[in-house]
Amino acid sequence: MENAFQEAVFWALAAVTVGGALLVVTQRDMLRAALALIVSFLGAAGLYAQMNAAFVAVAQVLIYGGAVSVLVIFAVMMTRDVPAANRGAPVQPAALAAAALLFAGLAWAIAQAEWTLLPDALPGPLEAVFVDSASTLGTLLLTDYVLAFEAVGVLLLAAVIGALALVRER
Amino acid sequence: MLERYLLISALLFAIGLYGTLSRRHVVAVLISIELMLNGVNVALIAFSRYTVPAAVRLGGAGDAAAAGALTGQAFALFVIVVAAAEAALGLALVIALFRARGTADITEVSLMRR
Repeated sequence: MENAFQEAVFWALAAVTVGGALLVVTQRDMLRAALALIVSFLGAAGLYAQMNAAFVAVAQVLIYGGAVSVLVIFAVMMTRDVPAANRGAPVQPAALAAAALLFAGLAWAIAQAEWTLLPDALPGPLEAVFVDSASTLGTLLLTDYVLAFEAVGVLLLAAVIGALALVRER
Repeated sequence: MLERYLLISALLFAIGLYGTLSRRHVVAVLISIELMLNGVNVALIAFSRYTVPAAVRLGGAGDAAAAGALTGQAFALFVIVVAAAEAALGLALVIALFRARGTADITEVSLMRR
């Protein structure tokens, strides 16, 4: 019973995520595309939560669902009067072919590859790690990946200062 | 279980690639790139949840195993941060471009071609 419920939730989340993504690339009105992007991000956050990644799911909702989507909507509003670009979005057969080819290749690779899989029901100690992922992730980021952690902080700072400098009115 | 998450990830990446190549509005291109990054995150987290970490396979236990199991999630967090930086900078560029040229259509921004 619980399994059937989880299955239903999975398929609903998958449909929301992929459907939202499809709307993003097909919707001609940019504001609607931006709103579909938020839907897709939230669906992906649900998928993360289903994969026992609660912390990343919350980060996804806060950063993508909150910050990035507000940025995108602002950018859409500030570049509003471009009917040419809005009308655009022609279905370019080459782009469709490239995307289809890429997906076919990836699907083939996924079907071919062999992984050593964890059992669907996690063994006790590992389950504890996933349930308490925030503290393990914190330790991991400040020990094994401390250099990358600091570098990414500097990168974000530089990007934000650069963004401010670019849009400043002179 | 792993395969279906990877298929969703591949689907998101392919949809994002299609959007990146076919849209003309700069913001649409940028959000399609965000979709691709999101697809990568789904794959990273699926690997973290469903594959046996190398530390465990080599006989490790305790903290090493715990760290190994969550490496994919740590990578996903880095991808989220880089995507946020890309969004902030990219959208600032879009606004600067729109001010300078009065267009957000990438096919009309061809100064470097001439």
